[in-house]
Amino acid sequence: MNRISGREAKKLYLMMLRIRRFEETCYELYLAGKIPGMSPHLYIGEEAVAASVCFFLNRDDYIVSTHRGHGHCLAKGARMDRMLAEIMGKETGYCRGRGGSMHIADIATGNLGANGIVGAGIPIAVGAALSAAYRKTEQIAVCFFGDAASNQGTFHEAVNMAASMNLPVLLVCENNQYGLSTHIKKTCPTCNISDKAHGYGIEHTTVDGMDAELSFRTAEKAVSYVRNQKRPYMIEFITYRFLGHGASDNRSYRTKEEEEEWIKRCPLKNLRKKLLSDLKMEIKEVETLEEEVEKEVAASIKFAQGSPYPKPEDVLENIFAPVIEGETE
Amino acid sequence: MSIMTYREAIRLALMEELARDERVFVIGEDVGAFGGAMAVTKGLYEQFGPGRMIDTPISESAIIGAALGAALTGLRPVAEIMFIDFVGVCMDQIFNQVAKIRYMLAGQVEVPLVIRTQGGAGKGYASQHSQSLESWFCHIPGLKVVMPATPRDARGLLKSAIREQNPVIFIEHKVLYNEKGEVPEEEEIIPLGKAQVKRQGKDITLTCHSRQVLNTLHAADILSKEDGLECEVVDLMTLAPLDEDTLFNSIKKTNHLITVEEGYENNGIGAEVIARATSKIFDCFDAPPVRVAFPNCPVPFSKVLENSILPDAKKIVDAVRRLKGK
Repeated sequence: MNRISGREAKKLYLMMLRIRRFEETCYELYLAGKIPGMSPHLYIGEEAVAASVCFFLNRDDYIVSTHRGHGHCLAKGARMDRMLAEIMGKETGYCRGRGGSMHIADIATGNLGANGIVGAGIPIAVGAALSAAYRKTEQIAVCFFGDAASNQGTFHEAVNMAASMNLPVLLVCENNQYGLSTHIKKTCPTCNISDKAHGYGIEHTTVDGMDAELSFRTAEKAVSYVRNQKRPYMIEFITYRFLGHGASDNRSYRTKEEEEEWIKRCPLKNLRKKLLSDLKMEIKEVETLEEEVEKEVAASIKFAQGSPYPKPEDVLENIFAPVIEGETE
Repeated sequence: MSIMTYREAIRLALMEELARDERVFVIGEDVGAFGGAMAVTKGLYEQFGPGRMIDTPISESAIIGAALGAALTGLRPVAEIMFIDFVGVCMDQIFNQVAKIRYMLAGQVEVPLVIRTQGGAGKGYASQHSQSLESWFCHIPGLKVVMPATPRDARGLLKSAIREQNPVIFIEHKVLYNEKGEVPEEEEIIPLGKAQVKRQGKDITLTCHSRQVLNTLHAADILSKEDGLECEVVDLMTLAPLDEDTLFNSIKKTNHLITVEEGYENNGIGAEVIARATSKIFDCFDAPPVRVAFPNCPVPFSKVLENSILPDAKKIVDAVRRLKGK
């Protein structure tokens, strides 16, 4: 395996840090009562996955995301300020406050949307891959889903369909080990989630998602496989969400010791160490990156907080697309 | 005009739209080489090939999800669910994904997606293959629901549905596939969202859709001959959005309303039609409106049982006579 280069590692670190700081900001704003509705599902601890996979995607490749989707959205190219505005229910958000945390999408960057239903995005991603194959483009579709989604019927239907039709879809299982409070070992008797892909004749691998460099190289190989072979591939990243299912979850179902063990393996901190030691990056250069991210976060908070709420008189907009006269008549 | 069956008219619409627009494709179980469980797509595979007549595993959620993914990325899929009774398997994809994505994304996307399916009783297919579940879809914002009764309507409405920028649930009736009717030689597009008065009358308004249009027209003939009553038969054609103008204009003329449908009576299409009419034009009514519908009972298998509760011309005639005090 080629070692990650300094340039690649720097870019990867920047994206992971942007995700981490965005999620920490959401957590603080939620606790301060600034984010309405359901507590957001935070991605802290899992940053290496989205940042690595999306590193190798083109702007016109598609992703379909999950209820824990802020990381995917940022990594695919969304702006932090419009994301935060959406999560705060503001008119300037990506979905003008109609979607919220679980329904952010940015079609311009190929992000077909997060999803509030576990496993529901998988067939949609397969459809995007079908579309790419139908239109004979080089695009691929990436479907992010959690460990628990692999127990849904949609997973099995969609993965089987993708395999039987040879569709260019990369199935990215983020095995953070918990479906809300339930450990995956209680609900999934196979050793690895990726073993399920084996059952459908799909190439697959399981990797340590806390190891940013390994995640990065695995993602590179998988994206290239899907694009060139025009077949599905599945990666299972073993990872861990440092916080609960949602920001309000007290995590009574797991021990502090377990959490501490995983937090020691923080992909962001370890990549930072690697940048400074193995990759010989100057501390000043790292700090400059970090300052830039802080500025972006501060500007996003200012933008989101200063943005107007949607107008109630617009609530019925966009239920249907307008019918084009002459097209249907 | 050509004479063709309802099945042939639907096939003609598919053929015309597949030929017209390369973005259109058909996806579903046995729709390709086999020609469809109801033989609707027969011959299209030979004409358009496996790339556009896509056979799938028996995986209704994956069919609808894949169609949605394709619709969001530049294509215009026509997905087939073999029996409407199977939509339970993929209902999440329909009502949480297909129907809502445009709204949730504040109009970032359009969803040009048709879900073709067929329902209805009358063939002894029993409880899980005979239902009329149209009101499920009408309940959900973001879906258009279309149910043609004649070959001409089926062809014209399906062409509209395929050209729509919104998801359309297009529900055929299994008993109608062999029914023949006139279809114009030239292309005809029938707009969605419009009801049609299929028979003029001054005494009572009968609303109906799908196969029950035929039964209602038959009942109207009987009532005209035997009772001297002239029924106005309003074919709703599109159930969502409902064409209130045509409906209300008819009631204003007749001052009486009976709704006819094959779906379960509870919370059905008749309930919606009556609620809208009585809440908006209450003063027009000379008598309380009445529903003729399938009772709240699963569709039984044995023909004698099925016929005993399935709405038909006689049950409609009886309801009119009761309403008119005859």
